[in-house]
Order: sequence, then C-alpha cells, then structure tokens
Amino acid sequence: MAAGIVPKFVGSRVKRREDPRLISGNGTYVDDIKLPGMLAAVMLRSPYGHAKINSIDVEAAKKLPGVVAVLTGEDIRGKLPTLITAAPAQNVPYHPALAQDRVRFVGEAVAVAVAIDQYTAQDALDLIEVDYDPLPVITDPEKALEADAPVIHEQFGNNISTRAEVKSGEIDRAMREADRIIKFRLVNQRLAPVPMEPRGAVAQWNPGSEYLTLWSSTQGPHLLRSYLAEVLKLPEHRMRVIAPEVGGGFGCKLNVYAEEVMTAYLAMLLNKPVKWIERRRENLATTTHGRDLITYIEAPVKNDGTILGLKARFICDMGAYLQLLTPMVPGFAGMMMTGCYKVPAMAFEQLMVFTNKMAPDAYRGAGRPEACFIAERTMDMIALELNLDPAEIRRKNFIPKEAFPAQIASGLIYDSGDYEPALDLALKHIDYPKVRAEQAEGRKHGRYIGIGICSYVEICGIGPSPMLPPSMKGGGWESATIRMEPDSKVTVLTGVSPHGQGQETSFAQLVADELGIGIDDVTVVHGDTAIVQYGTGTFGSRGTSVGGAALMMAVQKLQAKMKKIASTMMEVPPDQLTFNNGTIAMASDLTKSIPLQRVVDASYGHKHPIPGIEPGLNEAGFYEPTACTFPFGTHACVVEVDADTGVVKFLRYVAVDDCGRIINPLLVEGQVHGGIAQGIAQALYEEVIYDENGQLLTATLMDYAVPKAEMLPHYELDSTVTPSPINPLGVKGVGEAGTIGSTPCVVSGVLDALKPFGIKNLDMPLKPEKIWRAIQAARKA
Amino acid sequence: MFPASFQYHRAASVKDALGMLQQFGDDAKLLSGGHSLLPMMKLRLAQPTHLVDIAGVAELSGVREEGGKIVIGGATIHDNVASNQIVRNKLGLLAEVASAIGDIQVRNRGTIGGSLAHSDPAADYPAGVLALEGEIKLESSSGSRVVKAQDFFVDLLTTAIKPGEILTGVSFTPHPARTGFAYLKHRQPASGFAIVGIAAMVTLDAKGNCERVRVGVTGLGAKAFRPAAVESALAGKKPDTGAIGTAAAHAADGIDPLSDIHASADFRSELARVYTRRAIQQAIARIKT
Amino acid sequence: MRVTVTINGQRRSDEIEDRLLLVHYLREVAQLTGTHVGCETSLCGACTVLINGKAVKSCTVLAAQAEGVEITTVEGLVKDGHLHPVQEGFWEEHGLQCGFCTPGMLMLTTDLLSRNPDPSEAEIRHALDGNLCRCTGYQHIINAVQYAARKMRETRKSA
Ligand SMILES: Cc1cc2nc3c(=O)[nH]c(=O)nc-3n(C[C@H](O)[C@H](O)[C@H](O)COP(=O)(O)OP(=O)(O)OC[C@H]3O[C@@H](n4cnc5c(N)ncnc54)[C@H](O)[C@@H]3O)c2cc1C
Ligand code: FES
Ligand code: FES
Repeated sequence: MAAGIVPKFVGSRVKRREDPRLISGNGTYVDDIKLPGMLAAVMLRSPYGHAKINSIDVEAAKKLPGVVAVLTGEDIRGKLPTLITAAPAQNVPYHPALAQDRVRFVGEAVAVAVAIDQYTAQDALDLIEVDYDPLPVITDPEKALEADAPVIHEQFGNNISTRAEVKSGEIDRAMREADRIIKFRLVNQRLAPVPMEPRGAVAQWNPGSEYLTLWSSTQGPHLLRSYLAEVLKLPEHRMRVIAPEVGGGFGCKLNVYAEEVMTAYLAMLLNKPVKWIERRRENLATTTHGRDLITYIEAPVKNDGTILGLKARFICDMGAYLQLLTPMVPGFAGMMMTGCYKVPAMAFEQLMVFTNKMAPDAYRGAGRPEACFIAERTMDMIALELNLDPAEIRRKNFIPKEAFPAQIASGLIYDSGDYEPALDLALKHIDYPKVRAEQAEGRKHGRYIGIGICSYVEICGIGPSPMLPPSMKGGGWESATIRMEPDSKVTVLTGVSPHGQGQETSFAQLVADELGIGIDDVTVVHGDTAIVQYGTGTFGSRGTSVGGAALMMAVQKLQAKMKKIASTMMEVPPDQLTFNNGTIAMASDLTKSIPLQRVVDASYGHKHPIPGIEPGLNEAGFYEPTACTFPFGTHACVVEVDADTGVVKFLRYVAVDDCGRIINPLLVEGQVHGGIAQGIAQALYEEVIYDENGQLLTATLMDYAVPKAEMLPHYELDSTVTPSPINPLGVKGVGEAGTIGSTPCVVSGVLDALKPFGIKNLDMPLKPEKIWRAIQAARKA
Repeated sequence: MFPASFQYHRAASVKDALGMLQQFGDDAKLLSGGHSLLPMMKLRLAQPTHLVDIAGVAELSGVREEGGKIVIGGATIHDNVASNQIVRNKLGLLAEVASAIGDIQVRNRGTIGGSLAHSDPAADYPAGVLALEGEIKLESSSGSRVVKAQDFFVDLLTTAIKPGEILTGVSFTPHPARTGFAYLKHRQPASGFAIVGIAAMVTLDAKGNCERVRVGVTGLGAKAFRPAAVESALAGKKPDTGAIGTAAAHAADGIDPLSDIHASADFRSELARVYTRRAIQQAIARIKT
Repeated sequence: MRVTVTINGQRRSDEIEDRLLLVHYLREVAQLTGTHVGCETSLCGACTVLINGKAVKSCTVLAAQAEGVEITTVEGLVKDGHLHPVQEGFWEEHGLQCGFCTPGMLMLTTDLLSRNPDPSEAEIRHALDGNLCRCTGYQHIINAVQYAARKMRETRKSA
C-alpha cells in the first residue's frame, strides 16, 4: 500500500465472512457429510486401565443384521504399523490402532464394528465379548517411577519414556549466591480440551483410481495426509484430506489418531465410504488431554526480591502411548519458564513417565501456560516470602524495554517487548491502590478479597523450521497462493487451517487493502489438500503471523507482476505505481490510473504479450519465519472468597494484551475472551480425574466441568501495541494469550484472598472444597 | 447416544396408561419428560423394552386449585410450575425450586412427576415438596392413594411408588400469612444438579416468633429429608442470628452423607449447615408483615 | 412407527424406528444438519431446537414424542431471505467462532427473548446454563443476545 492511502479494512472491526453460513445451519462439519452407501463405524473400548486381552469373541456381533464387519487388533496385526510420534523421545512404545494383547488405558480401542448405521453398530458392540485379565494399574506418575511400580511397557524395564536435562547460565553460582532459595511444588493438572465438536472422520476409497479421500475434523490436513500416507503405505498424491468446518480444536485435533487411520483402512478394506463420529465419552477418554505436569521449583533470590536463577524438575505424565507431539510439550514449558523476567541462569530436568492414562498433547498454550504458571507463581512466592508487593516484584524483575531483542537464559530471543506499560495499565484499570485499601478494610469484617496479577510472555508463530522436531513432517513455514480471477475477483489459498479463528476474514482484509479492492471481492479457501498447496496448519497462534506473512509474500509477487503489466500500458515505471480503489494508479497522482480489470484482461487475454511476462495471475508464497514472536501482557483480577463455603466470586477481570499489530480487533477480542475462559477453567473448575484403578471419573460432561456462562466473569480488555519486527505484518499472535495469562492471575487472586489464613499455595483447580479445607486447617492451627 | 430397541406407546389417558403398565409389567417404563430416563437409555444404562408415554395425557398436566389446595398434575413441566401465576402467588417456594432445576431446555421438558418418581438424590423438587409438606397422589388400576412427602422418599432412587402406579399429582397447602421462603442451591459445576439444596419456609406468629419452620434438604444423603432437629430448635423461638445458627448446625444430623469427586461427605455436611442457616435467614427477611 | 411433524413450516411424515432420537430424525431423516450433537448427557445444548416455540434439547426427545408438534431448527430462522434478529446479533457482535454451538445458542436465545424481551447480562448468563461454548468465553454471545433484544424491541415498537 502506498503511503497516504488509509487502510480500509485492516485495523477495523470487520464482521466475519464465515458467519453467514454458520448462523444459518449451512456449515458442513464432518458429521454432516453423507455419501451413498456410507457405513458407520463404532469403537469398542477398554473398560480397564490395564489388562491382558485373552480373547475377543465377535461372532455374535458379526451375525447381527446390518453389521458389515467387526475387526479387532488381530485383524490389523502386521497390516497396519504403529501410530506415530513426531517428537523425539528415548523410549517409544509400539502403538497399534486397535489394542493387541494388552490394553493400557480406559478407552483404548479394542474392536470396531461397522454397520449400516450407528444404532446398529452400537447394538453390535453389545454383542462382542472380550475376556480380560486385569493387571496392576499405575496412574500417579511419581509412583510410576518407584522401583516396584507395575511396568506398562515391559520392553523398557521401567516407566520412563525420556529423561532430558537443559542447563544454561551459571545456575550453581546463582544458588550459592542467593540470600535465600524459595522451593515449592506446582501441579498443572490434567485437562480435557473438549472442543464442542467431537472428532470425526469420513473416508472414501476409489478402488479404480486407488484414491483415498478423507474428511476429518483436524487442525492440519496436510500433516494428517503425510502421516496417514506413511501408516497406510499410500502415496500422498493418491490421498486427499479435507478439513471441513471444524468445531474447535485447541490443539487436540492436531494429533493423528487411531480412529482416522481405522476409518481410512476400513473404507479401503470394505470398498465403501465409512464414517466414524466420536461420542463425548470417547472424547473425554481418548482425545488427547492437556498439561499434567508436576514441577519442583527452586528459585534463588536476593533479599531485595531480585531473582538470580530458576531451577525446576519436571515430572511429565505421558499416559500410556506417545501421541504426535506428546513428548514435545513439556520442553516448551521449560524453555519459557523464566517468563518476562531477567533470570540469568536456569536449569530444568524432564522426566517423562508412562501411566495407565490417555496421553496428553498440545492443548491451548501447549507448554506456555505451564511455563507462565511457574514464572508467575514464583513471583508471587517471592513476594510472599519477602513481604513485597506482587506488582512491584514483577516490575523489579522485568526484562527492561532497552534489552530487546532479548536473549533469555534458555537461548530463545524475545523479539520485542515493553512490559511495564501493560502492567501499569492493568493496575490502573482495577484501581490498584483503592482495591488494596478495600481489601484491608474487608478483612476487618470477614470479607476476603484477593487481587491477582499475572504478567505473561509467550511464544507464538512457530517458527523457524529447525525448532520443530527433525522427524516432523512439514516445517515451521507456511504457504499461500493468491489468484486474481479473470473477473478481477481474488481467491486466496492458505496453508493454515482455521477452525474458528476467522482468517477467512482477516486474510481477506489484508488482501483487500493491499489490492485496493472490496472485501467481498476476496474468497479465502483452506483445509483441502487437493486444492491448497502444502501447509503446516493452525496451532501455536501461528495462523496470522506465519500464514499471513506467506500471504503477504504472494500478494507482493502478484502486485509486482500486475504493476509490470500496468507499467507498459501506462508508460510509467512500476515502482511509481500503486493499487487504489479498483485501479492501478500513480502513487503521486491517484487520478492517473487504469482499472484493475484492464490489467487482468491483458494478463489473461495475452493478446499483446509483454516480453518476459507469463499469462495468468497466480502467485505463491512460502514464508519461513526467521524467529518466533513473543506476545505479552498483564492480567489482573479481583476476587472474593466466601470463607464459609470456599466459593470464589469474580469482582473484576482485566486483561491488557499486546499481540503486536491488530488486523481485526473484533477477532482479537474473541480470541482473548475464549482464551481467558479456558484459563479460568483450569484455575477453578476443570480436572481430568482417574482413580487408582485407572477408571476415568470425569467421563462425561456431567462430571467434567466445562464452564458455563454463569461461572465466568465479565472481561474488561485493553491493549498495548508493540509490533513484532519478525514478520512483515508486525503481528505476534493471540490465540493462546488469554489462556496463558488468566490461569496464574486467578490463582494469584484467590491465594491473595486467603493470605490472612496463612495459606501459601493450593493446587488447581481451586474448587470450593479445597479452599474450605485449607481455611478449616488454618483456623485449627 | 443410541438407545437400545424398545416399543413406544402413547397413552391417551391415565386409564390407558395404567392398562399398558399392567399389560407389559416389568418390561415397561413410564415416559414423562424423559429427562432422567432418556439420558440413561442413551448410555444404555437403562434398557426398557416398552415405553409408555404419558406426557400428552391432558388430565396429568397443569395447575389447579381444589378445595383450598393447589394441585399440580404429574406431567406438568418444570417451566409451567415456575411461571404459573397461582404457584408464584400462593406457593412461591415451589416456583423458586422449579426455576432452579437444570436449565431452560430441561425445564421445558422435565416434569414434577418424573422428578419425584425418579428421586435423584441431587434433584431439587424433593427439597421443596418436603418443606411444603406436599401430598403425592398415586393411581393404579386397583385405585388411588395419597402419600405424604415425608413418607414418599424411601432410599436412593427409591420411592413409595409401587409397580403399576402412576404419580398423577401433588397437592399443596398455599403459604399462610407471615410466611417467607427461600431455596438455596450449591450447584455441581458440571451437571448443574444440587450438591446441596436447601428449601426453607418460615411462618412467624404475631409476636415475631417462629410459628412453623420447615426445611427440605436435598443432595446431602441418599434421599431428600427434613432435618427435624433444625425445625424443632426454632419452634416458638425468636429467630435471631444466634438461634438460627444453632438450629442450622443440626442440618446434617444423623445423615450418612454422599461423597463424590465434587464434594466429600464432610464438605457436603458443612454446606448443608451453611445453606440452611442462610436459607432460613433469607426466608425470614422476605416475610411481608 | 410413523411420525408426522411440521418442521420449519413444512409438514412431513416418516416411518421411523421407535428408538430414534429427535436430533437424529432431524439430521438423518429430514436432512437438516444445522442441529448439532455435542454430548451424550443432555448438557451441551448444541442440539437445541424449538418445539412449539419452546427450546428443547432434541437429543433428549424421541422423534416419536414429537408427533404433531411444530419444530423450528436453525434452518427455519431466515424469513423471506432476511436474517432473524438473533442471527444478526450473533453476526454483528462476533458471537461465534467455530460455529458448532451456534445453532443451539440461536434457538435458545429465541426462546429466551420471547419470555424476556430485555434481559440483563446476569439473566442472559443464567439462561445460557444449558448451552456450552468452548470458543467465545460467552461475552460476545451475551452482546449478541442484547443486540437481538434491542433490535426486536425496536421492530415491535415501530410495528
Ligand atoms: C441436563 C439435565 C440437567 C438436569 N438438571 C437438574 C437439576 O438441576 N435439578 C433437578 O432436580 N433435576 C435436573 N434434571 C432432571 C430433570 O428435572 C428431569 O426432568 C426429572 O428428574 C425427571 O422428570 P421427567 O419428567 O423428565 O421424567 P422421565 O425421565 O420421563 O422419568 C423418570 C423416571 O420416573 C418415572 N416416571 C415418570 N413419570 C412418572 C409418573 N407420573 N409416575 C410414576 N413414575 C413416573 C419413569 O418411568 C422414569 O423411571 C436434569 C436433567 C437433565 C437432562
Ligand atoms: S447433544 Fe443434546 S445437549 Fe448435547
Ligand atoms: S463458537 Fe465454537 S463452541 Fe461456541
């Protein structure tokens, strides 16, 4: 865009272009797909956390009218290889799509019934008889490390998947030179992502052309295709993966699942389209979980509150099998655990442990919420120990504005940042001194008000390809193609795969402004490997910073070509031209212009070819980021605890976020709101609970507490804007910030309210009973 | 999500329904709002072979006044109880309890008869019906009988209803003068059912002492109950903070409390005491004198 | 068995299995896939439709029970090519992200506003007890409901 032309769309609250179809019931999610002759597949799942399978009798099920096939692990043994983990790990277990010989967690698939519809397939499951011998179960990762713990994968001799250590800076010296060392244990409990649309897949096999089409509710259709190709031994050009409308992902739809493999395999085996739709109980038991990290922290500090280093030991619960990125997530937590603070030295040890549970994997934030929780709880602990103000302790230790780009102890380089203004703004919004005074007054009358503060920084826009594991298919780059059609309307193909984030709108905003056209003249297409060039997908808040940057590259190539054509038509050098209001015009005098359509006609018609210029208007961009972006901000809340019941009530919730340049404030707010809700859910409500027999006690939404509207506060948002120097758009990413900032903020607030009782730490979720018990104990003491 | 097979029968009248119950015996279940039964059938935790749908039976639905009593038909949906003008004006506690059940959609389908018959230990209605000393009418092909709320709830998911009987209605005495009420509920965060629910109704005499205190507790034990010690502790007393606190401290007396991942027995008991205190206070504060 | 219903103003009659849930009848038989299934325990509200104007969870109603009723699904909200004010509100206020919960939210809102034309934020939050959204954190949904309420009040006034 030429200087002087005001962007029409970028920066404005443009209504979403994906909405008209979604608010009228015209979205097509995977369960909405119907193909002639389509069959329904339903999985039979293990009721045991750990058991030997003696035998499975499927004869009665097979005889039920309407049943087409029943398969067990034996039927795929040797035909389908192990499922894949892309992240490096030392001990990687064999992971069959249907259990063979043993089941290792409740919900593991042991058989699949295929029938004319789901009712009949479900009837078939009731007729399958499995003879199990229950085995000892281990669900506590710390106990799983003990010498006499039952071993989940016998070939490894113990339950350790991976042990890894990272050390940087002079941590030992920091420990020696500290006035005191603050030690504590933190638990990031296990969560279930619960996208409102469960998973699902539809597969269609054409035996004539040996071509597989798979619709799946996935966040990364290209990655899925690459991994499926490997497991199914099919070439990638004979496979088309389509992510139709996807009803939320939050990380859990990045994994390549046993059911996706099985659905494809069954379609090929039976020569019939097959649909598998996950039920919510399956979703809670067998869709990858999140978090589940126990941390032992040691923070060497000076008496004035200066932090000298950070040391942590991680016990990472891996569940029974490693999923696509399971072993990678805790690493992010370690790399980012020093937060927005000057911490010259750090060290962390990761112990990844098998248990009889579902595997965790990426879940909104994937490692950064854990990291931020460590950093922020550490700050609160220091403040508490040294009797300092929690806001001031943060201010004191912030990486100063002048230090950016700042390399932190783990080696990561923070692109840009200015942490104090965000903190100040958040404090101003809650009227910090006043609310502290109210708190003091309230305490005199048995009112327990707490003020929570969390200053976060996170890593987005993954990222330089070397940051991803070597065995990961696809890189950290992203792709885009832009095509100006013969009528001068624009089609954009993006390699990211949005599922609620709104890039059909934000990308159209970018393109419309760059090309001086209307937003309705742009259509953004995504999620189909047969249409869109390879892309890595949507996760880690990378859609706009990486995908948008790729799009800008493609746009610039298109602009260059069109200017070149216009240049010969207008007899003006290309570098003096700009796009304006449906024309290509002289930047110095916008009235000297020709309509875009004439340039398009010239290009497509090619009747008077310009030497060196090919016909057509189709350009692609592949953008490899040179570094990651690091959004930041401060969240602050005011809560009140009912000391009789332990119930937490929100009085205020303020979020000040800095996600760099903002393309569409409406979308950014939406992302922040949703993120905060999920973060509060971790702080107060949600927790996946297995009992010691490996039974999942939170197996339905009757027991797993996804927050309702009444359980969440009214969010007050503000922002600071510190553009990222990394990408041409200056954007940082905002998909996970809310989740990362809110969890520690709320915990900080509740614990602040409980300070008069001498309560220093409580594990999440801060349910009423936990708070009530702590108060009871304190009152007794 | 996919119930096992059964045969569906639509009853045209109570008589019709009773006939079908007799015909199919133990294989049959009544279907009213379906909001307890169908969820179990979807998970195949219940697999009846015959369903007798009474939701459309006109004589079972609605609120009427009859000889100074208010009678609510067994198949009256929660929303109609919550919004009915007679109930709101004369039986406010029941309206308040009904409006605390589940959510709008649940209240648009679920019925009072189904709720009482199902007798979920975490259901709301039982607390209200106990506090209001409702009378439950049961009909069978051999006749009808009336069971007092006190005697109706027998044990976990068990009531005084005998096989072949239909709960056709519940009748209540309207609130007397100088009466206040409150229903307080500590919701289980996921399901929305009551971890503890306290229905309290207080009538004061002309001097401002407690003439009658009625409390119904749900969620705490296997079945809903009236904490006799709470009620009697306040009888005839001036309801000051101290007296209410002392009385409410007995809310969990003699009960074997439920315990689950959402609340342990200890915590449930404490919630019962705290909410009993608060419900009585609120009831008194609402008395119009 | 046979069931006869009116869906979005159109009468239809189908031979069905007794055990068929209304949501499956709508999605599979009537081919109206705007109504979604998000849980098995009647909690998420994604399946909410109107029966005779009242919001119900169609996963917890048998198709057989719907004999003779009028059902409105999300597909029936648009009238004469115009969005319903509730749809407009969700669009204007960014009341949806992935859109999966949205049909249920729209139908619930329709019922809510027919009872309470001017609900407060607290009343809306309470009314949403039976509808889960994992994307929006609800605030934009609340704005959307208020937008629709305003719009409907204005139309009523001018009518
Ligand atoms: C998501 C959800 C949330 C809920 N939340 C709450 C809540 O917060 N609080 C609460 O109290 N309840 C709650 N409920 C339960 C709801 O109130 C049910 O409607 C009620 O418990 C049962 O009433 P029904 O008419 O639906 O009964 P049905 O499901 O039709 O029947 C239940 C049982 O009673 C029998 N039965 C039904 N009618 C009669 C009759 N007239 N005579 C004899 N037997 C009969 C049936 O055979 C069946 O065994 C919730 C339900 C759901 C699905
Ligand atoms: S599908 Fe009906 S409430 Fe979830
Ligand atoms: S918009 Fe995705 S669940 Fe509500």
